[in-house]
Amino acid sequence: MSWQLNKKYYPLLITFGLFILMFLYGSINYTGFSSPQVVLNLFIDNAFLIIVAVGMTFVILSGGIDLSVGSVIALTSMVTASLLQANISPIIVIPIALLIGPILGVIMGSLIHFYNLQPFIVTLAGMFLARGLSYVISVETIAISHPFFQFMANTKIHLGNFYISISVLIAIVVVVAAIFLAHYTKFGRNVYAIGGNEQSALLMGLPVGKTKILIYTLSGFCSSLAGLVFTFYMLSGYGLHANGLELDAIAAVVIGGTLLTGGIGYVAGSVIGVLILGVIQTLIVFEGTLSSWWTKIAIGVLLLLFIVFQRLSSVRGRSKTGLISEH
Amino acid sequence: MLKSRLFWPVIILLIILAINLFFDPGFFKIEVKNGHLTGSLVDIVNRGAPLMLISIGMTLVIATKGIDLGVGSVIAMSGSIAAMTVVQGMASDTSLTPLFMAIAAALGLSLAAGLWNGLLVSRIGIQPIVATLILMVAGRGIAQLITDGQITTIYYEPYSFIGGGYLFAIPFSVYLVAAVLGIALYMTKKTALGLFIQSVGANPEASRLAGINSKNIILLVYLFSGFCAGVGGLILSSNVSSADGNNAGLWFELDAILAVVIGGTSLMGGRFFLMGSVIGALIIQSLTTTIYSIGIPPETNLIVKAVVVIIVCLLQSPEFRQKVLRPRMKKPHKKEPENSLNEQGVKIS
Repeated sequence: MSWQLNKKYYPLLITFGLFILMFLYGSINYTGFSSPQVVLNLFIDNAFLIIVAVGMTFVILSGGIDLSVGSVIALTSMVTASLLQANISPIIVIPIALLIGPILGVIMGSLIHFYNLQPFIVTLAGMFLARGLSYVISVETIAISHPFFQFMANTKIHLGNFYISISVLIAIVVVVAAIFLAHYTKFGRNVYAIGGNEQSALLMGLPVGKTKILIYTLSGFCSSLAGLVFTFYMLSGYGLHANGLELDAIAAVVIGGTLLTGGIGYVAGSVIGVLILGVIQTLIVFEGTLSSWWTKIAIGVLLLLFIVFQRLSSVRGRSKTGLISEH
Repeated sequence: MLKSRLFWPVIILLIILAINLFFDPGFFKIEVKNGHLTGSLVDIVNRGAPLMLISIGMTLVIATKGIDLGVGSVIAMSGSIAAMTVVQGMASDTSLTPLFMAIAAALGLSLAAGLWNGLLVSRIGIQPIVATLILMVAGRGIAQLITDGQITTIYYEPYSFIGGGYLFAIPFSVYLVAAVLGIALYMTKKTALGLFIQSVGANPEASRLAGINSKNIILLVYLFSGFCAGVGGLILSSNVSSADGNNAGLWFELDAILAVVIGGTSLMGGRFFLMGSVIGALIIQSLTTTIYSIGIPPETNLIVKAVVVIIVCLLQSPEFRQKVLRPRMKKPHKKEPENSLNEQGVKIS
């Protein structure tokens, strides 16, 4: 069975290899690229995207999609900023902010499960709603000057000569918790089972409805937490924050080797997917002469490569059924 | 009448328009000024033209159980290349040649985009939502590449005719919508193509076994969707006499999908309603116009949209009807024979 186990990790290995290759390319071509701080900066600048991508991984593993994540980040940043502006203590503000995503997630998950609506359309409505609500709070940017938020934003945790931010620690905790949740709990197994074949999962007596609602709640929570981390990063609330972020998150998950039809994929892959998106941006910054839109084209090309690769390997392997039992 | 899928969309459209009457008694008045028809209704149809066009293309894609997320980017690409062609062509030429070159370039690029999506879906067999996601991300980058990230302004009279001109007192864009809608309706109602599309959407494998070339049907609908988005992009960029690779057609794919769903076409494929989608697009446009005209802050536009989406989807969901609407509807009718058939997608009549 050992060769089969290896095959299971192929997409993950390819993603990781690609990341290493891109990094090597940068190190050879640009001075200062190979500094460990550049790697740590990938985490610092993309901590919120890692958190969102983790939540999105569960949604996509179950065969669904969540388009609302970017808007939930905007709404969280807006609520946080406006409550802080009203002189409310962060001890109250942060729990409220963290509740926004889960509440929206429960509502979306219930609509999807109870009325059999399409995740695409329901989360699209969630996206409109969250973005609209943040505009209703204010159409202007609200700056944050609260000392606690300044502290969270500016504290550097030193590792030798290099540093990371508190947000990176939050992201790492989220990733570890998510890996545990995906591979060592009943919930995780149910997610994979639903993504593999919802009908079979139902016939096996798995709690499909409950799991589905929980998945969207979890993704909502991740978005809210990411919104908070994003707020630390930007130190402001704005209705246009994280516009189009859902696309980056979906791209990271796909590049990370998760099948968009559900059932196959890894949380760790999505993290590497985010890092690859980060490396592309860093490469373009170091190159200096390339304009920012090359990022989009590069992401598009990568998406194409991975999707075609997935398609070809699934045609050859058709090993989808075997995977569920292995977890 | 109640059975018609068009019933609810039309009612919703009429309600939205009627709300305006409360706030502006002259809302339905149409006047002729300088030989042009003017009025709020004309305005809604004129501004809604790109969305109507794209919804028509999207309807056929969705009917084959697909989805085209690339249309927003195709709008940006089409507008950008048309504008750049005009800007380059104008230096040497003041005749109509740059206009036709721009149209040819825009439509060529859009058809290429449609072909790309169609090949990925039909030949390589990638899930439509993923296949078209590639163009959604990369297309906007390509559009910015074409315009070099700038907003290009065009000073060329013939080009603004496409989106801002009038022919026999009616906005020219309305003719474009009518033409595309006419072609689509003719092809799907008067030829077997409509039946083929429905059948591919209901079950591609069974359709193939029945002798339908499923792959080419799928390729065709993505080509058509690309074409519609290309024309829409021309109208949009010509209307504002500029091209903006970053923001032109932003979120149009979502609005178009919304229009199609409001119009009664199920995302599961199968039966489709071109007129429904056109009415859906008009609903979205009149919602926007209404929000502006009755003085609700425009920020709430998105919230209203979200609520409308959910209500329309719930009304179409068989589960919702059964759980919430059925108990009250049970007495007058003893049974509703049609419902289960609709869900299947194909009802060959």
